[in-house]
Amino acid sequence: MNKSFILTLEGVNKTFEGFRAISDLNFYMDEGELRVIIGPNGAGKSTMLDLITGRTRPDKGRIEYGKDTDLTRLNEYEINRLGIGRKFQTPSVYTEHTVFENIWLSLEGGRGVFQALFSRITPAQRDRIREVLQTVGLEKKERDKAGSLSHGQKQWLEIGMLLAQNPRLLLVDEPAAGMTDEETAKTGELLTSLAGRHSVIVIEHDMVFVRQIARKVTILHQGSVLCEGTVDQVQNDERVIEVYLGRKKKADA
Amino acid sequence: MNKVFNKTELLIVVLVSFVGLVLLPCLNAFVPEGHVLHVSNFAITLYGKYLCYAVLALGVNLLWGYTGLLSLGQCLFFSLGGYAFGMHLMLMIGKLGQYKADIPDFMVFLEFPAKYPSTGGLPPHWIPFKNILFSMAAVVWVPAIVAAIFGFLAFRSRIKGVYFSILSQALTYGACLMFFRNDFTFGGNNGLTDFKQVLGYDINTPSTKRWLYVASGMLLLGTYVLCRWLASTKFGLVQRAIRDSENRVLFSGYATANYKLFVFVLCAVISGLGGALYVPQVGIINPSEMAPDKSLEAVVWCAVGGRGTFIGPILGAISVNALKSYATRAFAEQWLYVLGGMFILVVLFMPKGLVGIPEQIRELRARWSRRQDGDTVPAAGAVEAKSMTAGASTDK
Repeated sequence: MNKSFILTLEGVNKTFEGFRAISDLNFYMDEGELRVIIGPNGAGKSTMLDLITGRTRPDKGRIEYGKDTDLTRLNEYEINRLGIGRKFQTPSVYTEHTVFENIWLSLEGGRGVFQALFSRITPAQRDRIREVLQTVGLEKKERDKAGSLSHGQKQWLEIGMLLAQNPRLLLVDEPAAGMTDEETAKTGELLTSLAGRHSVIVIEHDMVFVRQIARKVTILHQGSVLCEGTVDQVQNDERVIEVYLGRKKKADA
Repeated sequence: MNKVFNKTELLIVVLVSFVGLVLLPCLNAFVPEGHVLHVSNFAITLYGKYLCYAVLALGVNLLWGYTGLLSLGQCLFFSLGGYAFGMHLMLMIGKLGQYKADIPDFMVFLEFPAKYPSTGGLPPHWIPFKNILFSMAAVVWVPAIVAAIFGFLAFRSRIKGVYFSILSQALTYGACLMFFRNDFTFGGNNGLTDFKQVLGYDINTPSTKRWLYVASGMLLLGTYVLCRWLASTKFGLVQRAIRDSENRVLFSGYATANYKLFVFVLCAVISGLGGALYVPQVGIINPSEMAPDKSLEAVVWCAVGGRGTFIGPILGAISVNALKSYATRAFAEQWLYVLGGMFILVVLFMPKGLVGIPEQIRELRARWSRRQDGDTVPAAGAVEAKSMTAGASTDK
């Protein structure tokens, strides 16, 4: 196979104290794609992100980024520096810092101790921070403490922090959780606008939201891929209906 | 991203420094004894001791309040600095000791000449400490290396929270037990004492004591400015981000272990310097200084003063120790109960410590006036507390 994927998971297994969170997972993703992953609770969605970002290591299997970067040997910050950014399920921003500082800390560039001690913020960086804040609609909140933002705004701030890193691959865990319908729609627009320039994986439960943004959907079930396709395809897939609705196979009836 | 101090803060720092570093020593040196304004030699040495404790407290706070690392072993580094300088002071006693020997008294007493005949009884690792520059450097690098090794292992293994606290306590306790042993060559349970000279001056004269006090004040000022500067850099932002959400920092590409290690080593050095100036002023360093309860006390100073501010730990260290000086004379037996009780009260009712009092009073008054919906008489403590607002706000 000559085609190169931005992300390849092959034969990945992960067991937590006897519980098989991920079993023989195969997953391929093209550069610039926007992929939505859905699946019932405990299907292994967040574990999959943990494996990609180095939070946990697979028991078995290959996880590769681009052509030949083996992610299973790297730790969290090394993986991040390769251009893989992650947004957590619960918004995690620096609550005691201002919105501006939150973005500043996430801005792409040096991450070393001495760089942090002696470098000063440049006008170009300031402009970039303002640009990101505008993208996520928080330009008026620049000086506010992140802790004072609403839940939806925190979600956006964290997406902004991801954008500031200018990653090649964004992993976004439940971005619409706790948002109003209007906020959800705006988040959807934002994410679709990113596809193409960035590759994006979104984990989501909200089917309205999934319908809005998804081109290709992957269904996870019991730690492996159940099926893949467009929203309509997967919604009409027998196996998916069975998993979600718990229907018996027709043949048995 | 902004300047380290604004104008008002700078004025306050300069003013306090002037009073502490110039006025007090002058009142001690030039105002005759018996005069109202005279500051006694005893007081100067006592204040010098408080200032060294305040340096230690700033270190604890930089770790606990700003990085989220509660170290219960900071007195180890304080003591190591103290021992490093104390060793030099021991060697400067010369033939003035009880035994009129070339080596410190405890070495004669423990029959070191039989153990180390080639050096006349001096253990080989003591020899370089004859050199003042080597000793001063050791005050920095000995705590730094111990902290670097411990920190590297702890942070690489991602030891966090209460586990880190317990390990740091075990470290200082282990060191304490080691220093208690006579054959560890640092004077056993008596430690190092009976110093005569520092930098060629008689250590017990009022002028030497005064200069040691001034040096402690300068160290405290320097440490305070360093802490403030650090907090104003991007490093300071990362440091506080680690405290609030370490995972987010890690997943943003920062090697958080390196940042924590840097702060840990820096605080060890700060504590070591404090210890080095503490020893000539109190005239003794022994292993009880690194017993776990001493480090706990330093944590209490921070909590009482207000952790997560830079004025708080200084206020805490000075006020708690002033109270201790008084209490151990007035009711020595009960002192530990007082200290423990104070800690509980602060944790329960004053989460922001002394520097948080003005804010608490403001909140209380706001609530009171809302309920009364009329004029209220300011609380008795409000005026006094107001003057502290200035100090507290310097940390915002």
